[in-house]
Formats: sequence, structure tokens, C-alpha cells
Amino acid sequence: MEIMVYDVAIIGAGVSGCSIAMELSKYDLKVIMLEKGLDVALGATKANSGIVHAGYDCEPNTIMAKLNVLGSNMMAKLCEDLKVPYENNGSLVVGFDDEDREKLESLYEKGIANGIEGMEIVDGDKARQIEKNLSEEVACALYAKTAGIVSPYELAIGMCENAVENGAVLEFDFEVIKIEKNETYKISSNDKSVEAKYIVNAAGVYADKISKIAGAEDFKIIPRKGEYILFDKQIPNKVSTVVFQTPSKMGKGVLTAPTVHGNMFIGPNAQDMDNKEDKSTSLEGLDYIKKMAKRSVVSIDYSKIITQFSGIRAVYDGKKDFYIKNSEVAPNFVQVAGICSPGLSASPAIGVMVKDLLEEAGLNMAKKENYNAKRDVPKPFAEMTKEEINEAYKKDKKYGRIICRCETVTEAEIVAAIHSKVPALTVDSIKRRTRGTSGRCQGGFCGPRILDILCRELDKEPHEIVKVDKDSNIVNSRLRGDK
Amino acid sequence: MLKVDVAVIGGGPAGLAAALSAKENGAEKVLIIERDVRLGGILSQCIHNGFGLHMFKEELTGPEYAQRYIDKVENSDIDVMMDTMVLEITKDKTIHCINNEEGYTIVKAQAIILAMGCRERTRGALNIAGDRPSGVYTAGSAQYMVNMQSLMPGKSVVILGSGDIGLIMARRMTWEGAKVKMVCELMNYSAGLNRNIAQCLDDNDIPLKFNHTVVKIHGNSRLEGVTIAKVDENFKPIKETFEYVECDTLLLSVGLIPENELTSNLEIDMNPVTKGAIVDEMRQCSMEGIFACGNVLHVHDLVDNVSKEAEIAGKFAAQYIKEGIEAQREVVVKNKDNVRYALPNYIRTDVEKLDIYYRVTKTIKPAVVNVYADNKVIKTKKMRVLNPGEMESINVDIPKAVAEISVEIKEA
Amino acid sequence: MSTKKERELTCIVCPVGCVMKVVQDGDNIEVTGNACKRGYTYAADEMTAPKRMVTSSISVEGGDMPLVSIKTSQPIPKEKIDATLIEIKKTIVKAPIKIGEAIIKNVAGTEADIVATRKVD
Repeated sequence: MEIMVYDVAIIGAGVSGCSIAMELSKYDLKVIMLEKGLDVALGATKANSGIVHAGYDCEPNTIMAKLNVLGSNMMAKLCEDLKVPYENNGSLVVGFDDEDREKLESLYEKGIANGIEGMEIVDGDKARQIEKNLSEEVACALYAKTAGIVSPYELAIGMCENAVENGAVLEFDFEVIKIEKNETYKISSNDKSVEAKYIVNAAGVYADKISKIAGAEDFKIIPRKGEYILFDKQIPNKVSTVVFQTPSKMGKGVLTAPTVHGNMFIGPNAQDMDNKEDKSTSLEGLDYIKKMAKRSVVSIDYSKIITQFSGIRAVYDGKKDFYIKNSEVAPNFVQVAGICSPGLSASPAIGVMVKDLLEEAGLNMAKKENYNAKRDVPKPFAEMTKEEINEAYKKDKKYGRIICRCETVTEAEIVAAIHSKVPALTVDSIKRRTRGTSGRCQGGFCGPRILDILCRELDKEPHEIVKVDKDSNIVNSRLRGDK
Repeated sequence: MLKVDVAVIGGGPAGLAAALSAKENGAEKVLIIERDVRLGGILSQCIHNGFGLHMFKEELTGPEYAQRYIDKVENSDIDVMMDTMVLEITKDKTIHCINNEEGYTIVKAQAIILAMGCRERTRGALNIAGDRPSGVYTAGSAQYMVNMQSLMPGKSVVILGSGDIGLIMARRMTWEGAKVKMVCELMNYSAGLNRNIAQCLDDNDIPLKFNHTVVKIHGNSRLEGVTIAKVDENFKPIKETFEYVECDTLLLSVGLIPENELTSNLEIDMNPVTKGAIVDEMRQCSMEGIFACGNVLHVHDLVDNVSKEAEIAGKFAAQYIKEGIEAQREVVVKNKDNVRYALPNYIRTDVEKLDIYYRVTKTIKPAVVNVYADNKVIKTKKMRVLNPGEMESINVDIPKAVAEISVEIKEA
Repeated sequence: MSTKKERELTCIVCPVGCVMKVVQDGDNIEVTGNACKRGYTYAADEMTAPKRMVTSSISVEGGDMPLVSIKTSQPIPKEKIDATLIEIKKTIVKAPIKIGEAIIKNVAGTEADIVATRKVD
């Protein structure tokens, strides 16, 4: 039996890995994505602010700055092609005194150096004209027209579906534990192995571990936790732009922003952790966010909180920049590590840069003639007009059954998600693709029904259906023995 | 387009009783729109007994209570659309709904009765910090899994909230072989009935910890445990009392919220205390011809009261169609000391006798309830004890030419 | 020598849940706090032979629902609850089922039947 040798194996299917796969799928290359979890976007990609930063916050002449600006400029067209929710709603960095104003001016200077257009320093009143829900205390602001918001995990899903549509292979449940190099790389999990000529290390918070396993550079990734609070869509005083406060050395600070789906959130804080797996929120963290957010925005209604969550950013220890380069130790090995903020904004450009690095490293690639840049997904039922609903129903009667009442999600969409190119195999995967369980009742009504649908479509027993990972079973067993 | 006289949104106890009452009071075409595959609403999963003592003078289980009404509906010419979700109700009383048999359907009604029930307060709304593992459910959701889907959520259970749903599930899970370790209750009194504490917790040696709450949830994948803590007078957790309790299941029974998405889209006046519509004694909302009853209006403790309230809504919905109703809702009903809310919020000037439903803000024992017409006391009632978890009613004669009726509760 | 037993207990017969005080002196039982006669009977039984209604579910074969909700036809001795639940869990009943139908007769020797509280088609 002939073993397939891939040209490139990408370890990690976060937004970086998905972007790289999408870019490489434009060429005549055999590409495989190896993801340890049961879905894409399970690391920082699903738990961040969803901001497409203008890029003034990056130090000039860093990879971060270059890719942020490039990526942000690519975002609108990419989201249109992939049918990913995106909005160019602008951002405000608010200041409350002269010291802040100086910080804003230095951000402005950095922005100019990074080649960003559409920036303006405005006074408090003008800022309140742009964003009517700013607090009266805001004295000045840096307004950036090019900033926007995107659904981060839908972006990764869209990129990955596009890659798979154009020939890339996606493997879930593949945790890399061994990498051996002979003529090619042999990459193994505890029960499978894959061969590839080149490896791209896009393993997020575990990129340092993967680098070590491959015998490549020795570096450290610091897990930096950020907590968020998400509000109901029907909240008074919802902001329309992204409202930042002046940054500190730990990051961009607590922001208040809308999501593309119409919710509002506040966060994140920034706490360096020892434990890469600790995604817990804390009373102190949540209180801190609430305290900070209060300054920028007129009264937030905390009775309208829907949920809290946190994400872990991968921060490269030693330099405030992305660590993207061809390894100088391991051959045919591309490092894509330390992709913290502005990783999401930069992601479309990360794919292109990695493609260039692979070419530099000797991988020949010819452009595909039949690459399809457009992703074809139906409109969400919740956005359909009556005519569109009737059309959809005629083709698939499952559009007639609403499963998630709060977000108006139909059985058709849930079933489609389960069988899509990047299949939704867990309850949270369905949430990320369809919005089911992410509404006001947080799955109280639809959760059990989604469980039934997963059992039916995947031909699984109820206790085999999980929330996120293999050990997060939803139920213990059937009530009355086996059927 | 389907044209009906009365459209009832929801086929649970409220919707069923309202539809029957509308029919009995002369409405011709009555339609119930129900999102589930069967009628009965939440009663279908409430397989315990305790229902119907007032209505039928016998104790029934939820499904039995529901069946009494379902039988009557089936023996009438009331139409039912099941497995049908209402997407939108517009101000001209047009209902847009969808199901998988017929697709998108439009119903034009002359009167609408809202009977959508309520949903449960979630972990997110409680701000419980920690991980987000599987194994955390609202008690009602878990009840659905056990009683309707025949699934066992977990084996080792902690319950937050001493509402009846939590107490009933404590017993249910125990009887199905789980170990229920404790029920934590934030307040120093139970939100549920005493009888349920006795027959669900005491019978099964399950401790009920007052002034306790869950402060953190632990578990990367599936729930592994919770940190509980005692709270002070301001309900703030006391750090020295933090205690880790191992468990794989956390049930939340911490409050019900009327499901008013459809109502708020109509821009009907809402009561921020009940989270339901503001209504007059006919249970008519601020928009003419739209009525509300049951848990969507205010959360009830006894289904018998839901049925009684629904009968009122149904009767007046039918009357509204036949004769129209002059909405002279000029008499305001207000709540004063220690009354969390009183319902209805308005009455017509020609009302002579009224049942006022109310809840007390905190346990008062013994209590005296005073009803004022303007500044004069028109009724006084002594009660042995009043609990926030038990809705009460008081019947009063309304004098002529008053502007305001108010209810006050004092310590006797 | 008299054996006097005193207990405070909550009545479970109806949703009011009267808090009662029971004093048992040999065969003599005195109950205070009950609002009705049924409360008295319950209190007396609690001291001598406590009984409970049991509600649960039985597996259904070939029905439009996997379970039929059931109840005991009358309160059963408290100490027989476990044995009753064991029998309930072992039983599988074939659809259709009528509401009120006795699925198990004389469950665990309690003289009570297990009856369906809903219909299953």
C-alpha cells in the first residue's frame, strides 16, 4: 500500500493554520491539517475580541505591524468571498486626560509609520458624535476608520472550508506527540501517523512544545488569559464602534465592542498564566473588566449578561512580535508562533507569508487553474426574507422546524453544519456555525434537541455526544439501560 | 392566509384553558399554535404530582392535569397547529409562523392570547466564574432529558436554588440512581414549597444549605466539582467558607423568566418587576385585542391559578371580538410596602369585584394585607405567614369612582 | 413506662404544607398544626407506618415516546420505595398505553398498582 506523502502538514487549525491551508490550496500541493481537537478554531481563535485592528498599536517594522495592515486590508474582500460576517464600523481609543492624549498621539504616529489611513485625533464631543454612548468623561479619542469587527471562528471555519473545497485534507483528533525526520517528516499521534515534506507549526499555545518535539528552536510561549463578558442583544446603550482604552504593556486593554451578531461584550483583561489549559474565568477578573469598561461607556446594564468566557493568547516570550520564519534548526519547518493580538487581523496575510516562506525553503508550487475563491453557504434562516424562506423550505423541509428559538435556527442549518466540509461533530461546533445555544436561554430549550439531532445524524449513542472535547459528554447514559 | 377569531400562542396549561374559555364564551374559530410536537407545555415533563388540588379537587401529575384539558380541546372544534414556531407577531395581529409540514404560514387573528410560558435563568446570567464544562444544566432542561428523552444527565449532583423544580429534580435524580449531594440556596428561606423540602430533600437525606451559593465551576471537559460558599447579608461570598464539592452535574434552579420575545416586538408595555406585560383585569395588554395569561404574564406557583387566569383571558378575548371592549382602564392598581407586585395593573371603571394577585418581597410572619381604595382601607386580611415563593390573591369589592387601588403588606 | 415520641414535621398531602407537631404516647397520637383531617392521618402514619406516592417512568417499546410517566395508585410504605423503583426500572411496556392503565399490579407487594399517567400511541 502506498503511503500518501503530503507536501505540507499544518499542525493546528486555528485561524493561522486555516489561513495557511486556504492559501496553499490555491496551489498544486497536497496539504493536510492536523488538529488535536474535534473542530477548528478551538484555541484563541474562538475566544477573542473579534476585532480587525487598524494597526496603529503595532511597533513599526515588526512582522506584526506589516501583517496587521496587510491582513486588515484583505479582510473585507475575503469575508465577502467566504460569506463570513464582517463589519467596517471603525474604532475609538478613548482618553480621559492629557497623559492619555499624549498616548493617543504616539499611537497616531505609529499608525502613520505603519502606513495606516483614515485616522484622526478628536476631542470628547466629536468622539461622542461618532459614538453616542461614550461617557461624559471621555476627553479625547483616536478614531480609526479602517477598523472593523469579524466573527473570528466563522472566519477560521470559512477559510478551512475553502481549503477543503480546494483539496486540502483535514484531520481532527490528531494530537502530535512525535515527529521523526528521515527523507520526509513522519508525524504521529498516539494511533495515527502522516508523512509530509514540510511542516508548518501553527499550534498556538503549544507551538513551543511542537517545536521541541520536532527538534527545532527552543522558545517559550506564555499563555496570556483574557476574560470577557457577553451581553444580550437587546441591551440599552449598546456601542456601535469598537471602544478601546489606552494600551498598557500587557496589551490593548479592556474594550467595549459590538459583535457581528448584534451582541455587545466587554473585556479582556490580561493575566499571564503557568497553566496552558486554565481557561477559567474568575470573580476578580470579571470584576476588573466591569470596573474598567465603566469608564468609557455610559451605564452598562449588568442584568443583561448572557455569559462569560475566556481565551488564552499565545505570547512569544522575549520579543513583542510574531515568530514567523523558516526554522534555522529543523529543515523544511516553518514556525508560526506567538500569534497573539493582532493575529486575527493579520490572519489573511499570515497565509500568504507562510506560502512565501515555503517557496523560499524550496517547495515548488504551481498555481491551480480551478481554485475556487468563493464559498457557497446559504443565508442564515434568521436573515431570510419571507420569499427566501419559502424557497429554502421547498428545497428542504427541515427549514420548517425551528430548533433554537432564541436565535431562530432551523433543523436544516444544524443538519447542514453536521455534514459540512468542516463538519460540526460537537454541540459547541454547531453553536459556532449556526448560533444554536448561544442565545438568551443558552441552550436550555434547544440543547437537548440538538443532542437528539447529533445522535441521529452521526449514528451515535447519547453518551458519545460531547460539548467540546472527547471527555465533555453531555449525558451519562440512557435512563433505562441500552436500547 | 389563515383567518381566525382567536389565536392562542402556546398549548400548555395557559393556552389550553384560554382556548377552551374563548370557545365557551362564543369565539368561533379558535386556533392554538404550539411549538412542541404535543400539547401540554411544561406539564408534559412534570411527571410528579401536586397539580389540580384546587381545580379538580384531586392531586394529579402534570401529564394527567394537561390531559384533562387536551381531551376537552380534542373534543371541540378548536384547531391546533403543532410543531409550529411563531416567528413574529405584527401590530395588525398577523402571526407569522412556520412548521415542517406546511412551511411558512400566515395567520390573521382578531384577538391574540399570549401563553408562551417562561424560560429558566442561566449560569451566564448568574455570573458564576470558572470553567465551562459540560454537565451544567438548568433544572428544567435536565427534567426534559430525564422524563422526555430518557437520558441520565449525570451521577453526582449539586443543585443551586431551592425552587420547586430543583427540589423535584433532587428527588427524581436520586430515584434514578444519582447521588444528590446538596441543595444550595442563596436566601435564608426556600423558594419552593415546604412539602417539597420534606418529600424530596428530607426523605432522601439531602442537606439544604441556606445562605449558600456556587462561586466557581471546575472542570476542563466535564464538570468535576464546584466551589460553594456562605454569603453575608449583602449576598457576597465569604472567602473563609469556600468549600470544594466534587460532582459531575450541576443543576440550576434559580429563577424563571417570562418568554416575552414576541411580546416585546409588539412594543407592548411591560412590567419590569414581573418581566411580563402590563394588563388590566381582563388580562388585556396595552394593545387592544392582545391578551396574556400564565407564566408569560407572571411566573405562577400553582398551575390551577394559571388555568383560572387563562379562563379570564379567553373569556374577554371572545368578548372583545363580539362587542369590542371600551378600554377605560382608568383605575390604577399599585403596590405599596412589602408588595413585590400586584396584578392586574389597571382595571376598568365599571369593575365591581376583583381578585388581586400579589407576591410579598420577603417572608413576613404573621402578616396583614391591606387593600386601599384611594386612601381608605377597603379590606384587611390576616395571614399566618407570607412567603415570596407563594403567590396569593385577595378578593375585594371595588367602590365606585376611585382613581387608585393599592395593596400593602405589614407585619401583624 | 411510657414511650413518648415527639416530632415536628411538614405535611406533604397538599401544597399548603402545614407544619405539624405530633406527640405519640403508646397508641395515643396527638397532632397539632394541621389545617385538615388528611393532615392528621398523614402525621399519624408518619409516626407508625410512613407512606409515599411514587412517580417515575417506565420504558416503552414501539411508542411515540421512549417513556411513559407513571405513579403508584396509592401511597406505598416508605421502606418499599427502593424495591418499587427496582421493579419500575426493570419493566418494559408495549405501546399503545392508555392513561390510567395499570402496568404493574401489586408492585413490590405493596398492594398498589403502577398506573400510566399519560397515553402513549
